[in-house]
Amino acid sequence: MSALIAKLRRILALMRKEGYQILRDPSSIALGIVMPVMLILLFGYGLSLDVKNVPIAVVAEEPSPLVTQAISGFRLSPYFDAHVMTSMAEAQQLMLARKVDGIVVLQSDFARHLSMGDAEVEVLVHGADANRARIIEAYAQGALAQWAVIRDDEGQDVANGPVGIEARLWFNSADDSHYFLVPGLIVLVMTLIGAFLTTMVVAREWERGTLEALFVTPVRTDEFLLGKTLPYFLMGMIGLMLCFLASRFLFHVPFRGSMLLFVGISTLYLLIALGIGLSISSAVKSQFVASQLTMVVTFLPAMMLSGFIFDLRSMPVVVRAITYILPARYFVAMLQTVFLAGDIWSIILPDAAVLTVMMIALLLLSRRATRKKLA
Amino acid sequence: MWESLARIMALIRKELLAMLKDPRARWSVFVPPVLQCLIFGYAASYDLNNVPYAVLDQDHSIASHDLLAHFDGSRIFTRVANFQREADISRVIDDERAILVIQIPQDFERNLLLGKPADVQLIADGRNSNTAGVAQGYAGQIVDNFNADWRSTHGMSDPPMQMTMRAWFNPNLETRWNMIPSLIGTITLIQTMMLSAMSVAREREQGTFDQLLVTPFRPMEIMAGKAVPSMIIGTLQATTILMVAQLWFRIPFQGSFFVLYPGLILFLIAAIGIGILVSSIAETMQQAMLYGFLLIMPFSLLSGLTTPVTNMPESLQIVTLANPLRYAITIAQRVYLEGVGLDVLWPNLWPMAIIATVTLGAATWMFRHRVG
Repeated sequence: MSALIAKLRRILALMRKEGYQILRDPSSIALGIVMPVMLILLFGYGLSLDVKNVPIAVVAEEPSPLVTQAISGFRLSPYFDAHVMTSMAEAQQLMLARKVDGIVVLQSDFARHLSMGDAEVEVLVHGADANRARIIEAYAQGALAQWAVIRDDEGQDVANGPVGIEARLWFNSADDSHYFLVPGLIVLVMTLIGAFLTTMVVAREWERGTLEALFVTPVRTDEFLLGKTLPYFLMGMIGLMLCFLASRFLFHVPFRGSMLLFVGISTLYLLIALGIGLSISSAVKSQFVASQLTMVVTFLPAMMLSGFIFDLRSMPVVVRAITYILPARYFVAMLQTVFLAGDIWSIILPDAAVLTVMMIALLLLSRRATRKKLA
Repeated sequence: MWESLARIMALIRKELLAMLKDPRARWSVFVPPVLQCLIFGYAASYDLNNVPYAVLDQDHSIASHDLLAHFDGSRIFTRVANFQREADISRVIDDERAILVIQIPQDFERNLLLGKPADVQLIADGRNSNTAGVAQGYAGQIVDNFNADWRSTHGMSDPPMQMTMRAWFNPNLETRWNMIPSLIGTITLIQTMMLSAMSVAREREQGTFDQLLVTPFRPMEIMAGKAVPSMIIGTLQATTILMVAQLWFRIPFQGSFFVLYPGLILFLIAAIGIGILVSSIAETMQQAMLYGFLLIMPFSLLSGLTTPVTNMPESLQIVTLANPLRYAITIAQRVYLEGVGLDVLWPNLWPMAIIATVTLGAATWMFRHRVG
C-alpha cells in the first residue's frame, strides 16, 4: 500500500515538474493551445476547395437577345462571376494575368448556327489548378444546361438529353468542403501535440543529460513515462475539445455519431502519437534529428497521406500500401465517419482494432527504448 | 575587405560542419526531401483513377443495360454491387465500398422511347465532397456519351449546340502537373527554415553565441556566416527535388532554368531570413523549432498548395502577401506550365526581396541587442 502511494507521489512530482515546464515556456503553450486555435481558424476560414464566384470572361462578339439568354445561366449562377465582353483578345489577356479562371466563347453568328443546329460554345479553363479547372468545367456545363431547360419549356430543343442526372450528395448535402476539412484537422492537432511536442521535450532531456540524472533517482521507467506523458495527454485533450467545439458551433459541421466513440478513438490516436514521440526521442536523443524525424514520420503523412485532404482512393497502389502502416489513415476514416455518417461499426471496428494493436506495440516500444539506456 | 571575407568563409565552414558532421543530421537533410517529393508527388492528387460504384436498376431494360455498359466500359468505373431494393444503397455507401450509386427508375426505357426526359439518380458519398464532385463529373461525361449514342441510333438529330472544353497549359488537367512544381518550394521551405531557425538558437543554448559576439566578427558577418550555409543546402535540396520532378515525374517544363533559379534563390533568402529572425528571438533550440514550425504551418496552408488562394477571404489573402511560399509556388507553376519570363514574374519577386531585407536586417539587429 505504502509502495503504491510512494509510486503515485513520484508520478505526481514528475507531472508537477512537467506542468511547470509547460507553463513557464511560452513555446510549448504556443504549440499546445495557440496552434490548435490558429489551425481551426485557418482551416475554417482560409481553406476551401469549394468553387464559388469564379471570375470568368464570357465572350460574345455579337450581342443579341438570344445570346443574352444563353449566357444568363452564367450570370445568375452562384458559382460564377461573369464578365461579358466582345473581344477575345481582351479575355485572353485577362486569363493570362489570372484575372479570370475561364473563358466562355460564343461564336460570332451564334444565333444563325443555333437555328442551323451546329452552334458551338467553347469553354477554356486555366490548367494551372487542375482540380479547380475541372470543377469549373462541370459548372459551366450546368450553367448552359440551365438555359437548355428554359428553351425546353419554350418547346425548343437545345438540351444534350435525353438522359439527365439528378445528383444527390449523402452526408454532405450542402456540398461544403469544410465538412471534411475541419474534422480532419483534429488529426493534425493530435499529431502535433502528441508526437511533435513530446519528441522535443524528451529529446531535450536526453541531450542535456537530465534524463540520466533522473534514472539514478527511485523513479522507475513506467513512472517516468506516465509522469512525462500525462501532461501532454491532457494538453492534447484540450486541443481536441477546442477543435470539436469549433467544428460544431463555428462551422456547423454535423455530428452524427456518439460522443463516447469520438473521445474513445481520439484517445487511442493520441496515445499512439505519444508512443511515436517517446520512441523517436529515446532512439535518437538529439532535438534537431528527432524533430526532423517526427515531422517526416508523423506530421507530413498525417497531412498528405491520411485521406484528410487528398483522397486515398486517388493514390497509386504503392503509395496506398504505405498508408496502411500510418495510424493517421485509420483515424481520419473514423473521424469522417463519426462526424458525417454516424457510428458505422463496419468501419469503426476494424480501424479501431488496428489502432489498438499499434498503440500497444508503440507503448511497449517506447518503454523499451527508454529503459534500455539505463544500463 | 579580404579579412572580412576570410572571416565569413571560416564561419561558413564551421557552420556547415556543425550542420553535417552528425551522419544522422546529414541523412535528415537529404533523404527526406527526395522521399517526400516521391511520395507526395503521387499522393497529392485530386484525380480519381478508379471509382467503385454500385447499381440499383429498377428498369431492367435494354436501355438501362446499355447505359450501364457505358459505365462498365470506361476505365474509371468498377461495378462492386447490384441491388434490388433501395434500402440496400446505404450498405455500400456507409462502408465506403462504393463512392457512387446509380439508380435507374422503373420507367427509364419507356420515357426514353417516348422521347420524354429520363433521369437517373446519382448518389455520392459526400464524406469527402471533393472526391464526390469529381466522381459525379466523370459520371456526367459518361451519360453525355450515352446520350450522343442514343440520339444517333434512334434517329434523333444532334443537339443544336455543342460544348467543347479546352484547358490551357495542362490539357488533361492532371493535378500532378501543378502539384509537383509547388512541392519544390514547399519541401525546401520546411527544411531550410528549420535549419536556419536552429543556427543561432543552438549556439545560444550552448553558450557559444556570446563567445562569437566578443570576437572581431561584425553582426553582418555573423549573419552572412549563418545564412550562406543554409542557402547552399537549400539550393542543393531544391535542385534534388527539381531533378526528381524532371527525371522521375517528367513534368513538362516550358520555361527556363535561368528564370526559375533566380526566383528560387530569392525565395530561399526570404525563407532563411525568417528562420534566422526566429532563431535570434528564441532562447532555446526547442523554442526556435516550435516557433519555426508555428510559422511553417500557415505558410504552407495559405500558399495555394492545397487550396487556391483566391478561395480565401480578403483578409487572409492580404496575410498571404507576407508568405514567401505563395510567390515560390506561383513562380514554379508559371515557369513550368506557362514558360513565362522574369518580366512577368516581377510582381512575385520584389515582395520576397522585401521580406528578405526586413527579416535579415531585424535578425542582425537582434544579434547585438539580445544578449541572454
